[in-house]
Amino acid sequence: MTIEDIEREIVDEFDLFESWLEKYEYLIELGKDLPLIESSEQTDENLIAGCQSRVWLHAKLAEGLLVFTANSDAIITKGIISLLIRVLSNQNAADVLGAELKFINEIGLTEHLSPTRSNGLVSMVKQMKNYAYTFSNTK
Amino acid sequence: MEVTQIRTDFPLLSRKVHGKPLVYLDNGATTQKPQIVIDAITDYYTEYNSNIHRGVHHLSQLATEKYEGARKTIQQFIGAQFSHEIIFSPGTTSSINLVASSWGRANVSADDEVLISAMEHHSNIVPWQMLCEEKGAKLKVIPMNDNGELIMEQFESLLSSKTKIVAINHISNTLGTINPIEEIIAMAHDKGSLVLIDGAQSIAHMPIDVVSLNADFYVFSGHKLFGPTGVGILYGKEAILNEMPPYQGGGDMIKSVSFEKTTYNELPHKFEAGTPNIVGGIGLGKAIEYINEIGFDFIIEQESQLKNAATNMLESIEGVKIIGQAKQKASVISFTINGFHPLDVGTILDQLGISIRTGHHCTQPIMDFYNIPGTIRASFAFYNTLEDIEKLRAGILTAKTMLS
Repeated sequence: MTIEDIEREIVDEFDLFESWLEKYEYLIELGKDLPLIESSEQTDENLIAGCQSRVWLHAKLAEGLLVFTANSDAIITKGIISLLIRVLSNQNAADVLGAELKFINEIGLTEHLSPTRSNGLVSMVKQMKNYAYTFSNTK
Repeated sequence: MEVTQIRTDFPLLSRKVHGKPLVYLDNGATTQKPQIVIDAITDYYTEYNSNIHRGVHHLSQLATEKYEGARKTIQQFIGAQFSHEIIFSPGTTSSINLVASSWGRANVSADDEVLISAMEHHSNIVPWQMLCEEKGAKLKVIPMNDNGELIMEQFESLLSSKTKIVAINHISNTLGTINPIEEIIAMAHDKGSLVLIDGAQSIAHMPIDVVSLNADFYVFSGHKLFGPTGVGILYGKEAILNEMPPYQGGGDMIKSVSFEKTTYNELPHKFEAGTPNIVGGIGLGKAIEYINEIGFDFIIEQESQLKNAATNMLESIEGVKIIGQAKQKASVISFTINGFHPLDVGTILDQLGISIRTGHHCTQPIMDFYNIPGTIRASFAFYNTLEDIEKLRAGILTAKTMLS
């Protein structure tokens, strides 16, 4: 699926929720299924700066596609990054770089999780794009 | 006096957040503003906006009168001897930087020592670190015990003739500890050291008398005192302020300027270069008039009741640990919940309309001391109610259920 296809899928899922409570419960569930970073990769070097919770992010190339794994000490943060990984993992670097990620707005995450350093949503996206940029230049 | 009545003085308190009535428990970060402060700000811009200290015209004189009137109100509020000992600044951080830069550069040399405590806000750490780095001086830290109380024996042994200044908070913004500053000031003076008190967290919660405290410097912010943001105070003893070199150059701080030689203005203007935050100063004066009307007897009683109720409530919830158990404690309560990240709890509480703060509260050394990533902090003001505490309890239980 393309990035936009997955984004649309997520927006449709979130449309089913009627209250913030359901939305957050779903995010928390997603957090539990986050593709976890290898413990050997959970290092200070892979820590994303600027988050109140700690977020470790790793990326590698597999058959020409970017594969992200991550972890965090906060469960809602894990849910957010799980969504980002669902959208951006297994895509090629150029598509990741070009992704507009409109779904963040459409599922009402910006309204509830403002892009401040407290949850580091912006830092996470930036770091994922940094990886994409690096990989697209090393190919 | 009725809290329900008092709450109507603060228009913001009646708003909703995420569709729920606001429960504002982040007063340690900033306080809400009473209508008379908001009106004073509007009045300034609609009635007499004008630059101060220079105009011959009516509006300028009116603005100058109000601004200088506020300075006198502040002087009386903290019991200073002279109004020219009250220096307007942009806030606590700026006040500390002014002292570290002006007094510090003139008085601290290589091998001298600056003493701070283990529970300082970053703004009372970094300016002194910068000074010490520049001068080759040493920054020493008064340790604390597990309850979050300063170890006074260690303080005594750290004090020496090398100590030039002790910079310490009156109340810890993270732990709520009320530090024994009378004792600290007396002990430091015995060794010939000056003392700067960071009063950011105390100024709105207890009466301050700088003369009986014998503090050399006392600093605080207006916005934590129900006044506007962007204005704060540096109180300093006249003799010390007179000896200090100017901090920033510009208009208002000079007596005469030529290309060969500039002579500086007298206190307080020597430290107030450029057009100040006029409306901020006037608003702060108005906020103090409001507090004077409420009175500290009421404030202390109300906040002590809130502190006790919140402490009991938190202790009754399984897994909650209060960080900071000092015997002398203000209505600032930090806590963790076993197994839950403070940010997750804060995010859920926010959805319930409850404003608390999470994180390290600009006191990373305290987090390192307790080996925690952060805390959840509820900080109270006299306009908070027992109902707020009940809503916080319900919110924490909801968060725990959702996050489990």
